[in-house]
Formats: sequence, structure tokens, C-alpha cells
Amino acid sequence: MSNTQADPGYELGQKESTNYINASKGLMSWLFTIDHKRIGLMYLFTIMATFALGGFLALAVRLELFTPGETIMGPDAYNKVFTLHGLVMVFLFIVPGIPAALGNFVMPLMLGAKDVAFPKLNLASFHIYVIGTIMALYTTLDGGVDTGWTFYTPYSSTIDSQVVMMTMSAFVLGFSSIFTGLNFIVTIHKMRAPGMTWDRLPLFVWSLYATAIIQVMATPVLGITLMLLAMERIMNIGIFDPALGGDPVLFQHFFWFYSHPAVYIMILPGMGVMSELITTFSRKRIFGYRAIALSSIAIAVISFLVWGHHMFVSGQSAYAGMVFSFLTFLVAIPSAIKVINWSTTLYKGSITMDAPMVWAFSFLILFTIGGLTGIFLGALGTDIHLHDTYFVVAHFHYVMMGGTAMAFFGGIHYWWPKMFGKMYKEGPARFAAWTVFVGFNVTFFPQFIMGSRGMPRRYYDYMPDSGYQIFHQISTVGSWILFVGMLVMAVNLLASLKSGKEASANPWEARSLEWLTQSPPIEHNFHEIPTVVEGPYEFPIATATANAQGAESSDS
Amino acid sequence: MASTTQTGSFWMPPQASTNAAEVDSLFDFIMDLNYIFFAIIFAMTVYFIVKYKKSDENPVATSDFDHSTLWEGAWAFIPLLLCFVVFFWGFKVFLNSTVAPDNAMEINVTAQKWAWNFKYDDGQSTSDLYVPAGQPVKLIMKSKDVLHSFFVPDFRVKSDVIPGRYTTVWFEAIEPGDHRIFCTEYCGREHSGMYRTVHVLSAEDFAKKKSAGFEGRDESISPAEWGKQLYSKYGCNACHGLNEGEVKVGPSFYGIYGRKGETTTGESYVANEEYIRESIMEPMAKIVKGYAPAMPSFKDQIGDDQMDALIAFMKTLK
Ligand code: HEC
Ligand SMILES: [Cu+2]
Repeated sequence: MSNTQADPGYELGQKESTNYINASKGLMSWLFTIDHKRIGLMYLFTIMATFALGGFLALAVRLELFTPGETIMGPDAYNKVFTLHGLVMVFLFIVPGIPAALGNFVMPLMLGAKDVAFPKLNLASFHIYVIGTIMALYTTLDGGVDTGWTFYTPYSSTIDSQVVMMTMSAFVLGFSSIFTGLNFIVTIHKMRAPGMTWDRLPLFVWSLYATAIIQVMATPVLGITLMLLAMERIMNIGIFDPALGGDPVLFQHFFWFYSHPAVYIMILPGMGVMSELITTFSRKRIFGYRAIALSSIAIAVISFLVWGHHMFVSGQSAYAGMVFSFLTFLVAIPSAIKVINWSTTLYKGSITMDAPMVWAFSFLILFTIGGLTGIFLGALGTDIHLHDTYFVVAHFHYVMMGGTAMAFFGGIHYWWPKMFGKMYKEGPARFAAWTVFVGFNVTFFPQFIMGSRGMPRRYYDYMPDSGYQIFHQISTVGSWILFVGMLVMAVNLLASLKSGKEASANPWEARSLEWLTQSPPIEHNFHEIPTVVEGPYEFPIATATANAQGAESSDS
Repeated sequence: MASTTQTGSFWMPPQASTNAAEVDSLFDFIMDLNYIFFAIIFAMTVYFIVKYKKSDENPVATSDFDHSTLWEGAWAFIPLLLCFVVFFWGFKVFLNSTVAPDNAMEINVTAQKWAWNFKYDDGQSTSDLYVPAGQPVKLIMKSKDVLHSFFVPDFRVKSDVIPGRYTTVWFEAIEPGDHRIFCTEYCGREHSGMYRTVHVLSAEDFAKKKSAGFEGRDESISPAEWGKQLYSKYGCNACHGLNEGEVKVGPSFYGIYGRKGETTTGESYVANEEYIRESIMEPMAKIVKGYAPAMPSFKDQIGDDQMDALIAFMKTLK
């Protein structure tokens, strides 16, 4: 049985001394590179830094809530800290996260391409991202905002703070997102290696494709909305502020018209990473390739029609509520299919729990909880009670952090050897992943309980007699466990750059094209563009039991 | 008797309105679905990981089972069916808890940073809410400034309160007792301090208290003491401290009576009775230098007696 899935015109195991990392030197060779791999790495480190920033803000929020009243800061500081936590995590970390960092690096390799379709646009999107980030940080130092990441009007259009500057930074960041999306769509259409048909695309690429569609179509709406808000503030044109004749609920419609699809910008790439991890570490072909690929597209389409479920109690009519609730249940089904397909993939595999797989396991469990608890919020009758409580906070952290962030870290551990040509230490990596899994649950599970018991979100304070304190305290302790896990992970990864063992071209024995080139890859990815002859998940199968039905795929 | 001591279920607070039980049975049904589906996924995943661990006996996958229309179809169809059930049930509960019965008693609610004002049919207004048990009550709500949201967990009701637009909620409290009102739409600095109480009274008590004035002065306390109560009832405490030099959103009340100051337009003033009255009723008339024009007017909420009491209270602060 041969291990060669495609003929790359290139011998596995042969390693050259130059690769994309040492091909040219100096800061400028990085800042102005048009190599998708270098851009991916720069994104990776910037995004990890923003995650660390958002994480410290979260620790501060949790610490403040350890006791009622003032623990470490006053109400004004608290409101700014939770706002900034949301803004950083959403706009700087999770939206660009997987596509811009991992996608940029891996996607062209997976396609058997030498780069993305528009390398300069790719660089521009990174520069714009950095500009937007600097604007956001500058605004924070210059007084900050306390509106919550949702910028709801008329609060955001009337209070005295840096709202205009902050919305401008989100506006700028939006362009970075649009450029990346556009680039990816064209790349996936035009840059596939010969033989890389649509049904041989790795599922990660499918998910990036679906994501890119949403990025290109939804992000402009956010831009327009934030512009309108800025216009109202600067020129006093009444759009959202009722005192000027505007309609505050209109803002929510606009905002969620972007931000609900954006939820899928955040989760779809994570789902894509999941599909790669699950197959590689169970050494088995993905179950339901087609269903997973098409469900990404289905999600991308339906996600545009559900924004109103954020507004069931915002004074929207009962019939609008009914329609949005119905569509919300529809969009749940593709996700349910994905989960069961990942789980079924494990059946009769040959499974190892290497560090990336531990993250994938966390994703599967946590995302399932996040998805299932969404049913309470999609149903009108229960949402009335749960809306804007900690139940919602717990729900979306299970989806966003338990889902996307777990996939992000799993993906980092998976592709790390490819990116840097180094292996990290497996023991600490697994320890970190399990610690995060435990810490995550200790942090967020209690929030479901206090939420359904009525604890509202975005609260600086709570009454000592309300019975919420114990849940807040467990949650805060959980955030410390999370911190320990993240710290071990970061130290372990960074240490590997110095002292890690050399990684082979294909340390996980995976089957997709990025593993055919050396680690780290040469500057132009492949010496010769590979010709693809089969799908991305053709793992060997034990012939004894595979007999009749498995024969065709195991004898290539 | 006080329902605040009553406990709810593990997940839910006490059921204190006629709608609560209905909401909770839907909640419980969804929770059961959650348990079942989570158990299936969890069990499958863990079982496969343990059973099909890579080992010398199991070095590679032993099946290329990668598609089954039946299995995948079932996982689309069964959840879809259950989702329809939940959807219809949820919609029904929603209609019941948003469409008030015709005989509901109406109370007008005004929210503002960071207090509630409840106005009854006889014109009196209160800062806590008073309702009779066993009688549907409909709240007609609006906001004076930003978005707020009216939430009573024990009643399972919630609705945003919006400037320039009316929204409503209704409920029927089951028995006398006290329940907490929260604001659940972020509204700034004192968002979390915007909690008040719903006092559910028996029908007789309600009628009696209403004619005596729900929040009238208890004769056993002095006007200044009453003023102190009003200071927190009307939410002045959110913006005004009582310690010397304490700056919140507005200036401290410490030593306010007789204090000399300057307005943003450069006029100087002495805080006498009339100045204080005007500050509360027409806060935009004179803005204290160094502060934002952030104070809401209390014109339609504070009567003469209350005003006297507040001023009496301020006089004691020195
Ligand atoms: C939303 C915040 C807020 C609330 C609530 C509020 N105030 Fe004020 N108040 C202010 C601000 C800000 C100023 C200073 C600017 C101005 O003069 O309007 C002020 C000024 C005043 C002044 C004049 C102070 C001086 O030093 O000249 C008085 C008197 C006063 N408030 C009384 C009250 C009373 C009584 C209440 C409760 C019934 C109340 N305020 C509630 C924000 C508030
Ligand atoms: Cu509020």
C-alpha cells in the first residue's frame, strides 16, 4: 500500500536548507512580504497578542465579580473593561482568527497553489488590520468606551465618550475582513491544482469558502451602520436617536444583520479545522463529506435571515418574532449534522489523543453544549426569560470560546510543525489542553445556572442576598484555571521555537497536500504543482475487515 | 408569606406569576432534550475514542464507512421534527405571555437612568411597583433616555423599554410577596443598581394602601428621614454621594444647602430651597460648572411633600 496520495513531483523527506522563514532576512522582509505564509504568521502572532489582551480583561471582569460591590475597580472602569473585552475578542481575535492566521498559511498549500490569488491585497488586509487595531488601542488609552461591543443606540449616540473613534476602528477592521474574504473566494475558484476538484477540497477550505462569502456580503452592512452612527454623532442627523427623530431599534436591526452572520464567520472556520483534526487523528476518512461541505454553505445562506432572534424582547412584533424563531431552528440543523458526522467519523478509526485531538475533543463536547443551549434561546417562550442574562453569556462562550477558540488552538498545534518545522513537547501540550477544558467548564457552566435564575448580564454589582455570589465565585476560580492552561500552552509553544525537535514533512501522517511539502515549506510551497488524484482523507484501511466495500480506496 | 423566601427549581427561580409554570414546562422539556442529545453525543464520542484507540492491534482504520443516507438523514430529520415542536410550543407560550387579557389593570412605567417610575390610574406615582395578587396587570412602558429593560425573574417577564415608543408586558401575580425587578438592557454606570421591588399585595391591602398613598410618609419618621429614603428610592444615590467632596455623576449632597457655586454659563448661585427645587424639576436650567448636563427631570414624579422632605434631608448633611 503506497502512502502517496498525489504525485507532487517531489520526494518526501528530502529537505532543503532554505525555506520561507530564512529565505530573506530583516524586519522589512516580513512587514512588506507578499508570501501568504509570512502574512499568516504575522497575523498569528498579532492575533495571539490580542487574545492575551482580551483574556487579561476577562480575568479582570471575573475578579471584579468575585464579591458584590467594588472588588478591584469602580463601575465606570468595569463598564469599559467588559466593553473592551468584547470588542477585542470579537473584532481583533475571533473574526480574523482562524481565516487570517491559519487559513492564510494553510489554504494555498491545501489547494496545491503557490500563493493566494492577490498577494498584495493579502498584505494590505494585514496592514489594515494592524491600523484598525492601533486605532482601537489608542481609543482605549484615550478614555475608552463603555457601550458594550454592540454599541446600542441611543446610549452610544448620546453618551460622552470615544464612540466615534472606536466605531471607526471597527469600520477599518471590516475592510481587512472583506479583503481577506474576497481574496479567498478567488483563490479557491482559480488556484486549485490540477485534479483538485470541488469534491476533493479539504473541508477546511470549504468552510473558509463559506466564511468568505459571509465576510464579503455582511461586513459592508456593519460598515454602513457604524458610519450612520458616526454621522449622527458628528452631524446631529437623526437616525437612531429618538431625541433627533431617529429610531433606536433600527440600529439593532442593522447591527444584527451583520453580527448574526458574523457569528458564523466566527464558527465556520472552526468547524473546518475540526474536520481536519478529527480525520487525521482517527486516521479515517471523514464521515459525510458532502453533508459537511454543503451544510457550511447552507449555514452561510440561512445565517442572513435570522438576525431578529437577538431582538425577541426589543419591541419587535410577535409575528416578526415568530418568523425569526422559525428560521433560527432551521439554521441549527446543519450544525447538528456536522456534530454527528464528526462523532461518527471516529467509528472504527485508529484514534490517538495527541494534543490537537484533545482540543478537537473539547470542541466537540463544548460546542454541543453551546448548540443545545441555543434551543432555549431560539424558542420564543423561554427566550423572554433568558434574554440578556448570564445564560446567554454562557451559551455564546460555549459556542465561541468552546467552539472557535478550541479549534483555533487545536489548529495551531496541528499545523505548528508545518509552520515552524519544530515539534513542541507533547506532554505539556496535552496538559494545557485538558486544563483549559476543565477551566472552561468551571468558568462558564455556573453561568448557565445563575443566568436561568435571573442574573442579568453586564452587571457591575449584584446583591449579596440574591444567591448569585457562589456562582460568580466558582466562575472566577475557573477563570484562573483557564489562565494556567493558556499560560502553559503559550510557554510550551514558544519554547519549541528555540529547543523543539525538528519536525518531518508529515508528522501526523495526514493526507492533504500541505503535508507533501517540507516543514517549514519552501518559499514557493511546491517545486512543482502537484497533480491531485484523490480526495483529502484517503487513509489506509486494514484490508482484513475492509473487504468488499473498502477495497477500492485502499489499493491506490 | 413573602415569596422571596420561596425557592424555585434547580434551574429556575420561584414561580410567582400565572405564566411562570407554562414557561417552565417548556424550559424543562428543552432541558430534557438537552440531556438526551448531550448524553448520546458524549457517550458515542468517548466510547469510540476508548474502543478504537490506536494500538498494535488497531494500527489503521478498520472501516471506510463514510456515508449513510439513513444515519445522516435521521440526524437531520429527528432534530428538525423536535425543533418544530419546540418552535410551536415556544410561540404559544410567547403569545400567552405577551398578549394581555382585556381586564388587565394598566400601570404606566417610565424608565430613566437609573430609576423606575410607576404611575397608577389615580395619578400617584411610585418608585417600587405595587400590584394586587390574582389580577392581571399590564405595564405600558417608555423610557426617558436610553434603552432599559424590565425584567422580573419570578414572573418570567421581560421587555425592553424604549425612548419614543411604547412597549408592554403583563403578568398576574399569584400571591402576596416581594419580587425583584432588574434592568436587563445595559444603560450605563449604574445599570446594575437599577433594581427595585414588586410588592404583591392582597386585593384589600392593595386598595387600602393605594388610597393612603403607596409611598406616603410613614408618620413615625421625621421629614428628613423620609427624605433620606426618597434619596435612594428615586435613584438620586446613583449620581449623588453623601460624603464630602464625593464626585459621582453629579456633585455630592454633603453641605449642599447654602453652598455657593457657579454654573457653566458663569453665573454664581447659592443653593437655597428654590435653587434646589429648580435643580430637581428643571435640571437643565442651571448646570453646575464641571458637570455634564446628565440629570433627568423629576417634574412629574416628585410632589410637594417629597420635595420638602428631600430638602429637609439635605439640610442635615453637614
Ligand atoms: C443621572 C444622574 C442623576 C440623577 C439620577 C440625579 N441627579 Fe442631580 N445632578 C446630576 C448632575 C450631573 C448634576 C450637575 C449638573 C446639573 O446641575 O444639572 C446634578 C445636580 C443636582 C443638584 C444641584 C447640585 C449643586 O451642587 O448645585 C441637585 C440639588 C440635584 N442634582 C438633586 C438631585 C435629586 C434630589 C435627585 C433624585 C431625585 C437627583 N439629583 C438625581 C445628576 C443626577
Ligand atoms: Cu437600564
